[in-house]
Amino acid sequence: MASPNSMTPQRLRRLLLHPSFLGVAGIGFLLVFWTLVAGLGVLDPLFLPSPTAVLAAGREELANGDLWRDISASLLRVLGGFTLSALVAFPLGIAMGTNATLCRLLEPLLALLRYMPAPAFIPLLIIYFGVGELPKVLLIFIGTLFFNTLMIMDAVKFVPRELLETTRTLGGRQRDLLLRVITPYIAPQVLDAFRINMAAAWNLVIVAELVAAESGLGKHITLAQRFLRTDQIFLGLIVIGLIGLLIDLSFRMLMRRSCAWAT
Amino acid sequence: MNLILDSVCKRFGEGRGAQLVLDQISLTMHTGQFLALLGSSGSGKSTLMRLVAGLEKPTSGSLSLDGRPIRGPGSDRGMVFQKYSLYPWLTAAQNVAFGLELKGLERSQIKERTAFYLEVVGLVDSAKRLPRELSGGMQQRVAIARALAAEPRLLLLDEPFGALDLQIRESMQEFLHNLWRSTGLSVLLITHDIDEALLLAQQVHILAPRPGRIVQTLSLDLDRCDLHELRISTPFQTLRHQVADMLRQLDRDLP
Repeated sequence: MASPNSMTPQRLRRLLLHPSFLGVAGIGFLLVFWTLVAGLGVLDPLFLPSPTAVLAAGREELANGDLWRDISASLLRVLGGFTLSALVAFPLGIAMGTNATLCRLLEPLLALLRYMPAPAFIPLLIIYFGVGELPKVLLIFIGTLFFNTLMIMDAVKFVPRELLETTRTLGGRQRDLLLRVITPYIAPQVLDAFRINMAAAWNLVIVAELVAAESGLGKHITLAQRFLRTDQIFLGLIVIGLIGLLIDLSFRMLMRRSCAWAT
Repeated sequence: MNLILDSVCKRFGEGRGAQLVLDQISLTMHTGQFLALLGSSGSGKSTLMRLVAGLEKPTSGSLSLDGRPIRGPGSDRGMVFQKYSLYPWLTAAQNVAFGLELKGLERSQIKERTAFYLEVVGLVDSAKRLPRELSGGMQQRVAIARALAAEPRLLLLDEPFGALDLQIRESMQEFLHNLWRSTGLSVLLITHDIDEALLLAQQVHILAPRPGRIVQTLSLDLDRCDLHELRISTPFQTLRHQVADMLRQLDRDLP
């Protein structure tokens, strides 16, 4: 039998069952593994920089302000392109979800466009708009527009008919159906669609910056590659991952705050 | 309130695939009446209700309320569906207030009426709860309160208790009966539940399926002081069996 202050099987079980325990443990395991392998010295530090080297690189980049500049450049592009995409997708998705003719007209087209990989548009965008901000914002726009639209359309189609008809028997008009029933009903699904497609947007901006950019986290990585600074490449990758995770978490929090009824 | 249906037919689809759902339905209903449409599935009873609500248009024949033809949905005919009847993001009180807000009533008036109708259905204590925090029976009471708050001339109930457990259904039937007796509402109830129709309605139209048509009308003059007593009384049980046999026969006669 275990002594009072040791880990009893029950307490161990409870810890293991905690919702975030395994997730944290998985990340922790990778960090320990990385430290060990880098510490053993069997791999050239050029290929596998140690966690402390990456940390030092991060401190250096933070101090000279380069990292902040790159982060904000990437974030602003995503924000611009995604906002534009959401502004178009929301009304378009609702229109397609409520109007069968429009849906039949546009759905095959969107389904086709959706299967054209957005990064494949980069050469065209560069020919049309050069290497400034516009082509990057547009890339994120076209890379998320079709997914956003189709997901919103689907959400609209699942609004129960009874709810719409009840509203009409209460004297509701088309405007009321759109603004006071459909919009609040689909809000949780729309937020979820945005959360999922935001991941794609975040990937796209990095790809665009890898190809051609003056700043941004993708640019940070290509620059580091040029000078064989693998510690900086690792830093870039980790920062990209962490920001993506933060975006995801903030969408989840927004959802819990604003659509508590659906969670 | 005067509802008149004159030779109403409803056909869905066109050409060879067309299906006659309602065939020559005629009926009248007056203020304060409790009328039930009883039929098995395929008898077009929901379609008939939707025509009265103005959510569908008849293929031929006419429907009128107080002399005016029914052209579309309106708040003079309150409707309660079997499921998905509440706005899930609104509290019970906000659900009741919804129709009043659509009408553009004043804040104070909305508040007053909402409180009143929540009281009528006995849910004052649950005013601030979301639909998912309410039981099925409570949800349907909120839906009824919301329909009543618009002060309709006619209340349309489409299998309102069909999704509820048997015991809750019985207490809801009692609730509806008391509501009707105390308010003088005009109620049109659609159901496939024989007990429900016979217990509650003064007049029961029995519908035959495919195409839906009225085959018999029962005018009931029962002593409804105690619904529970009535439910288990011998005359009621006999009547119930007769109607059940009739519905069974109608289903068997189908081609």
